[in-house]
Amino acid sequence: MGWYKRRLAKSLWVFHVSGSPCNNCDIEILDLLTPKYDLERFGIKLVGSIRHADVLLVTGVFNQKVAPKIRKIYEQAPKPIFVVGVGTCMSGACCFRDSYNIVEDRQAVIPVDLYIPGCPPKPEAMIAAVAKLLGVLNARN
Amino acid sequence: MSVNKIPVGPFHPLLEEAEYFELKVDGETVVDIDLEIGWMHRGHEFISESKTFTQSIFLVERICGICSTSHPLALVHAVEDIDNIEIPLRARYIRTLIGELERIHSHLLWIGLAGHFIGYDTLWMWAWKYREPILQMFEMITGNRNHYGMMRVGGVARDVDPVIIPKLLEDLDIVDQKMVMIAGAAKDDPVLRSRLKNVGILTHQAAVDLCAVGPTARASGIAIDVRKDDPTDAYDLVEFNMIVQKNGDVYDKLVVRVLETLESTKIVRQCLEKLKVVKGPILNDVKEVSEGEGIGRYEAPRGEVFHYIRSDGTNRPIRHKVRAPSYVNIPTYVASCKGIPVADALITLAAVDPCYCCTERTIQLIDANRNPVAVDLLKLSREKTEQVRREIHD
Repeated sequence: MGWYKRRLAKSLWVFHVSGSPCNNCDIEILDLLTPKYDLERFGIKLVGSIRHADVLLVTGVFNQKVAPKIRKIYEQAPKPIFVVGVGTCMSGACCFRDSYNIVEDRQAVIPVDLYIPGCPPKPEAMIAAVAKLLGVLNARN
Repeated sequence: MSVNKIPVGPFHPLLEEAEYFELKVDGETVVDIDLEIGWMHRGHEFISESKTFTQSIFLVERICGICSTSHPLALVHAVEDIDNIEIPLRARYIRTLIGELERIHSHLLWIGLAGHFIGYDTLWMWAWKYREPILQMFEMITGNRNHYGMMRVGGVARDVDPVIIPKLLEDLDIVDQKMVMIAGAAKDDPVLRSRLKNVGILTHQAAVDLCAVGPTARASGIAIDVRKDDPTDAYDLVEFNMIVQKNGDVYDKLVVRVLETLESTKIVRQCLEKLKVVKGPILNDVKEVSEGEGIGRYEAPRGEVFHYIRSDGTNRPIRHKVRAPSYVNIPTYVASCKGIPVADALITLAAVDPCYCCTERTIQLIDANRNPVAVDLLKLSREKTEQVRREIHD
């Protein structure tokens, strides 16, 4: 599997899935692709299918309706996959902690490897996180 | 006649948010459309009842990240309506400044996404590139790129430092120039014109019947705009025009948004000029809110947003109701999508700039008989643009 890990450490293909977010993290993720931040210079690309992805970006809290779908997407993903939780919602439920409709144990729905806190995280923070992830993956080889 | 169902979503590469459409098609033609929502329901109205009015501002901000100042503005208008609280003049200008900057960034965002949907990624990159200075202006004024936390009952939280005003005006000039450029490019481009002109027409009558609001209604010839009809904050102190178009197709919706962006830069410039001379406090300290009920309205980038607050004299509301513009605009799909080719359905759905985060505080379940027909809508839409482009160039 050495070749597989090397591939993983070079060019990460990212699939973006939103739970029940406020859209802001999603917009900032799209913003990463545009000329100012241009994430493609790291070889990182948003892909249209989870089957092609190495990294799964998850935003927002999960409500009761969306949680099974998120689980299904995770199950469809080729392993190993790295799950990155973007935003305060993923790390601490933000202000929706008191809601009647959200799933409290998000780790049970999807195991998250890396959290990027912030509401929303700055694009620079996301780039730093991804660079760290690349560093960790490279160190493993 | 055999009708096939095309399920789209809830997770589709095109949609940033989870939503589920069901297109009923006869051959290439869309005959009906169904929509299932509820993927984003987080129970804002319930949580709000356990928060104080000031905490609620941060909560309603997180209803939607794109219109994250429209909801707080409507909320503070509602609370101020209970006691008829006056707000200082300087605060009024700052509120309008933030609101209009948000409109510019939201419309640029939509223009970019619309370009992306029809396979015009150049337009997407352009629009988002020139949206970036607006976000930096937000960062200079409020300290955050999104979710500004600026509104308070009785005023605003932060003052605009006079030192940064010349820099803001400078940045605004650049955005203005680029907007004129994008507007010119969008108007001249033959491919864009043939892809959007006479596509997904929402007639004036249908828009009236389905109670459309915001740019969706204004593109169909209905002159409604809360900023003009019921001016709050500084909207009666600045000059701007309401943009109304006639046809109601996607092209007109694009034109309305592009021209509105230019109007918004005009308002922002007037506000910044006024902030140089208008001095005074920015916050009228409100100690308590008396018993009663109040309504607040604001023209969000997508249309009228409406908040209702009932207070029992404590520091928390006992009922808080939100009515978001996307929820009102979504029924117009039925009128605008019928009879159009599948490849055009996508851009028509996107044309009302739907924001499901705003919409889905109420749950609605529609039983859908799922038929696994695999069609890639984005691919279809892009192929059509390529085809049109080839035909024009040949």
